[in-house]
Amino acid sequence: MPSCSAPATTFIRLRGLGKSFAGTRVLEGIDLEIRPGEVLALLGANGAGKSTLVKVLAGSHRHDAGELSIDGRSLHLESPQQARRMGLVAVHQQVEQGVVRGLSVAENLLLDELCAPRGATFFSPRAALRRAAEIAAGLDLRLPLQASIESLGAAEQQLVILARALALKPRLLILDEPTAALSTPEAERLFGLIERLREAGVAILYISHRLSDLQRLADRALVLRDGRLVTAFEAPLDLSAAVDAMLGSRLEEVALQAPESGEVVLALRAWRLHSRSVAFDLDLRAGEVVALTGLLGAGKSAIGETLFGLRRQHAGDMFLDGRPWAPRSPKQAIDAGVFLAGEDRARCSRVPGFSLRASMTLPFLQRFSRWGLLDLAVEREVVQAQVQALGIKAPGIEQPLELLSGGNQQKVILGRWLLGTGRLLILDEPFQGVDVRARRDIGRRIRESAAGRATLVICSDPDEALEIADRLLVVRGGAVVAELPRPGLLRADIIAHLAGTPPPASLHSPRQGAVRV
Amino acid sequence: MSRPAAASATAKPAARLLDFLIHYALLLLLALLVFVFALLEPAFLRLGNLFLILQSVSIVALLALGVTLSMAVGGLDLSIGAVAALSLMSASYVMVVLDWGGLAAIAVSLALGTLVGLFNGWLIVRLRVPDILATLGSMFLVLGLQLIPSGGRSIAVGMILANGDEAPGAFAGWFLALGRAQLWGRVPLAVLVMLGCALLVWLFLERTRPGRLFYAIGGNEQAARLAGAAVERYKLLAYVLSALLASLGGLLLAARLGRGDVSSGNGLVLDALGAALIGFAVLGARKPNAFGTLVGAVLVATLLNGLTMLNAPYYAQDFVKGAVLVAALMFTFGLAQRMP
Repeated sequence: MPSCSAPATTFIRLRGLGKSFAGTRVLEGIDLEIRPGEVLALLGANGAGKSTLVKVLAGSHRHDAGELSIDGRSLHLESPQQARRMGLVAVHQQVEQGVVRGLSVAENLLLDELCAPRGATFFSPRAALRRAAEIAAGLDLRLPLQASIESLGAAEQQLVILARALALKPRLLILDEPTAALSTPEAERLFGLIERLREAGVAILYISHRLSDLQRLADRALVLRDGRLVTAFEAPLDLSAAVDAMLGSRLEEVALQAPESGEVVLALRAWRLHSRSVAFDLDLRAGEVVALTGLLGAGKSAIGETLFGLRRQHAGDMFLDGRPWAPRSPKQAIDAGVFLAGEDRARCSRVPGFSLRASMTLPFLQRFSRWGLLDLAVEREVVQAQVQALGIKAPGIEQPLELLSGGNQQKVILGRWLLGTGRLLILDEPFQGVDVRARRDIGRRIRESAAGRATLVICSDPDEALEIADRLLVVRGGAVVAELPRPGLLRADIIAHLAGTPPPASLHSPRQGAVRV
Repeated sequence: MSRPAAASATAKPAARLLDFLIHYALLLLLALLVFVFALLEPAFLRLGNLFLILQSVSIVALLALGVTLSMAVGGLDLSIGAVAALSLMSASYVMVVLDWGGLAAIAVSLALGTLVGLFNGWLIVRLRVPDILATLGSMFLVLGLQLIPSGGRSIAVGMILANGDEAPGAFAGWFLALGRAQLWGRVPLAVLVMLGCALLVWLFLERTRPGRLFYAIGGNEQAARLAGAAVERYKLLAYVLSALLASLGGLLLAARLGRGDVSSGNGLVLDALGAALIGFAVLGARKPNAFGTLVGAVLVATLLNGLTMLNAPYYAQDFVKGAVLVAALMFTFGLAQRMP
């Protein structure tokens, strides 16, 4: 176990710490003191700078402004090894990044010793087993040390990773989404461990989107937004206030025209995403733009993916234009006029080396085929027209897509799907990595083109949702739990629903069983 | 879909030179080789010799075009050499032992090639065996398979069969002409077949919808699937087309040799792979492409032909091929990476 003799005074101090990548400030002016034996929660939306801050503290990134001092000594952490020697250890959220498949549990526990640059050349399985047993016993863990790591469940693998980190006797333990893969009892076990560490004087920086975890554990909560620390809360945490601070209040009124309420395009009935989610109904009409909002991990993307044929719902029926809708593949969805632009552009939409032109026309190449051959002249013409219509700024349509700015890439992807005659267009986080001006522009294009189809925009940011949507749907636990019509809607209402603490008088709170939305 | 020169007119001279090199280095090297060889040995430039070079490369080029297709979908077909050998042996067997005639030989060879392609595709798409491992496995399988009917012996006209009889059939005259005839007294038929196939593969990859989808799948399979491409079907198609081209190569080999020689398929796969990889560097494509593959094959053949004329030792051939390949890969991946 870590040493208990640490004095209860600040041992890590950040003063005006900053970090930029390629000229973009990702962290700025971070002032922070970390004391032994406290659990510090770090909150922030996607891209707020949480993981950058973690990486600076773990030695993966070198800060380039301000000061980081440990035990009163100002320094730069040059590598994760150095950070570990100073007692700063990070446990990352992805289990698959923390364990080595093919090795046993014992070998995984000892991985840091095995990989140490000055480690022993020869490996004695018996000594390793003894050493691993010591580590496990010290943490009161019962693990099958000789079994292969794959034979353990996600939760136990998580514990192995944690045990490995603790074997380094950390003074600051950074936990990044440690409960993401855990069930409630498993998480409880983890919390017990964290509380024992706290008592032993280990400082813990805890990052999670599960607000209830934070409420349960944290002594203090820090909120990051756009690379700055905006507020700190002391326990007990006020969840609504924390979410509000996390998302920021940069709402400017955008005048939205009321939509012409068209016919129902997509209908869900008694629909359940997975076995643990509540059943709900949903209608999407032609001409309207509906935003699907919710915190990270609420199941927004999964709902979109089900409509697009990438996964199946647990129960319930879907109808597209009144006919039963059960797509089995994206191809079938696209043929039926259901389009989806995925959240991660690099993974879902971009093909390395493909030009703007080829990226835009990819799903609709059939239109340019004449007797089996592509008519490149017509393709260029159509792409050129779309570039003009959407105001895409690029040196030319032969430019590789990945060289354009985020906003322009997003416009190309939007332009791609506007080439087809869609019944339902699903845009998953279309404003991610897009600056404010481009965001407004894209929002306008989406609304302008919305006639004749239903549009579902998935966005975690309530301000973005308010900017674009005629109607907001709040997702929690894989189900739409509230419908909020746009007129008169305040961001405070959304935030209350996001955090799961709607005002008692709310008209939109879910009833038991199926919720008619 | 060739990418235009990335460097603008305002770029620094060094950057422009680099860009120029990335695009044209291999074509310049080819021109330089022709020039040097012609200077040292005037017979090199005779039309007959130039066609000889093309003819010598035609079979490898067909296989390389097949590899190009499998590389375009992000895979790799190592079984092509074995498929070519299978095609050679089965065509010889059908004509010499079974005496079914040339048309049947062609039909059987292409059908067997298609089967191997389907098998490869099935392993890769359905069973999700990694492409290199799947085709390595089928390479061994097919190399073994082609030896079974003839009991491991080469197949020649008039050979004595296992039951003591003399083989009844012979290679059809028109079939042999496929590998040996010269049109207009000059142009070998095999060269025309190679050029025709190269043109077809080029058209397919650059100018058809499935070709564009091949590249999309090779670049980002998930993005292609989300754009509605039937990824599995196109991958299967790539391996079938690859095996068909290899079978065609085996048929040309049978026609040239006039016998089913058990050892002739060996070595084809590495040469074909090399040609396709050298092709990455032609015109700065950085991706498998038909024109580059053809240039890669011709470049290697030119080099070997010229060196042979200059009495370079035969055992230096593999070393020379390796040097060209490594240089081309350096251009493709090393230098091009420095471009903004």
